[in-house]
Amino acid sequence: MAFDKMELRETEVWDGNFAAAQALRQAQVDVVSAYPITPSTPIVEGYAKFKSDNYVEGEFVMVESEHAAMSGCIGAAAAGGRVATATSSQGLALMAETLYQASGMRLPIVLNIVNRALAAPLNVNGDHSDMYMVRDSGWIQFDAFCPQEAYDLNFIAFKVSEDHDVRTPAIVNQDGFMTSHTAQGVKTLSDDDAFNFVGTYKPMNDMLDFEHPVTHGVQTEEDWHFEHKARQHNDMMTIVPDKINKAFEDFEKLSGRKYNKVECYDMEDADVAVVCLGTSVETAREVAKDMRTKGIKAGVVGMRVIRPFPFAEIAEALKDIKAVAALDRSAPGGAAGMLFNEISGSLFNTDSKMLLSGYIYGLGGRDLTKKHLIDLYTELQANADAGKVLTQQQQFIGVRGPKLAYL
Amino acid sequence: MNNTGWDEFEIGAMLRSFDGTAATEIATTHQEDRAYSTNNSFTASVADWRLQKPVFNKDFCIDCQFCWIYCPDISIISRDKKMIGVDMDHCKGCGICVEVCPTNPKSLLMFSEQADEETELAQWPAKEETK
Repeated sequence: MAFDKMELRETEVWDGNFAAAQALRQAQVDVVSAYPITPSTPIVEGYAKFKSDNYVEGEFVMVESEHAAMSGCIGAAAAGGRVATATSSQGLALMAETLYQASGMRLPIVLNIVNRALAAPLNVNGDHSDMYMVRDSGWIQFDAFCPQEAYDLNFIAFKVSEDHDVRTPAIVNQDGFMTSHTAQGVKTLSDDDAFNFVGTYKPMNDMLDFEHPVTHGVQTEEDWHFEHKARQHNDMMTIVPDKINKAFEDFEKLSGRKYNKVECYDMEDADVAVVCLGTSVETAREVAKDMRTKGIKAGVVGMRVIRPFPFAEIAEALKDIKAVAALDRSAPGGAAGMLFNEISGSLFNTDSKMLLSGYIYGLGGRDLTKKHLIDLYTELQANADAGKVLTQQQQFIGVRGPKLAYL
Repeated sequence: MNNTGWDEFEIGAMLRSFDGTAATEIATTHQEDRAYSTNNSFTASVADWRLQKPVFNKDFCIDCQFCWIYCPDISIISRDKKMIGVDMDHCKGCGICVEVCPTNPKSLLMFSEQADEETELAQWPAKEETK
């Protein structure tokens, strides 16, 4: 069965959802098993339309829930196909059980998460609560800051995830609405270049190999479970990081676009820096440039990869910075915030004298404005000048009512 | 299964059903002749799950194969469409074979696990007259 190729302009105007859908088409995904949820729906809808219009050779499986959507993906991946889906927020919460099945079974699946707040109160806008919720689920996690990156990272995700030494599912995050529904110029790859980068799917221990029958999803108790989980973690810590670097290098050769696990902007001579995720990185980059005209040497670190967490790279990026802010866009629920914790873990027991403070911001799609960031950088510079953190370690930005600060 | 370390098994929560290379001709090979791996449940006895056991009386069997078709655990042994007996390592004593047996008297009946097979065969019920 033949499918048609699509002629793309060198630059197309796409939002993050359509960019991801185009990537699924160009990767010629065999099975998309999906259930719709705002704001991720247009990704799987896009794939379904490409399939109906004969631009992709695959199967679209409509199911009754997100739990069933990921279960379908697991079945299809175990059977031996290239598999992807998309979800957000509550859908991801319902899918969470099966995420652990997919990673434990070492099945290469690509999941696009269009990041959205978790109820209650119900909210369809962007924050990183869903991303954080599944951060320890054993999936590789990439983060896109704009539609271009949502497009590119899908190819990289397939490439890394399907590698036979990796065989670990991967998530591509993008901000709900701010990326998913905001159209921007996206530099495209030709269908052939895109597919050749990802390559023809190479099955491993697939159930459709009738000559070599396997049982997938076995039960283990105290005698074996620990060994399986240990191996998963070991491979994430020792194999996946190099494979991600290699995929980033190969992708740069193809597209000229260079990705890094830790993206550094204006960091070479920076005294103060913010570390954040998603579209906030772009806002912070703009403000950092403004701060430099005011004499504050400001820098930005954007996390391109969240799992496996790039401990060495973040430590290297921040070791000589005087004051750093970790921006967490997720309700911390009685903790310090994921980025605050992981960055602390990266630099604790090192010689770094970095002063770290944590900020909670942007919940439920609340804007992070330039004014917020100007105040934040000013606060960081004061910390740097004083040689100690002058505020409490955890503060909230942009919330109404009396100031919230803890720790 | 060996108590191997975390780095000594194939990745994924998967087990191979057969030892060695390609498992060709499976469909035409009897279970006892297949190279099942030690991971395969065929190599494990679950006889102790059973409280009641089926006893087969070949005197009344018409080789209809109903029991072979309905057994949920592939525990009816039949060769060339001839009923041979029950795989007592895998039979869990569900009684479905007895339920579907069409002969009069039945060719399979359930007895307690401790019952003596010879004794039960010697006092097998007689044909039930239809009223």
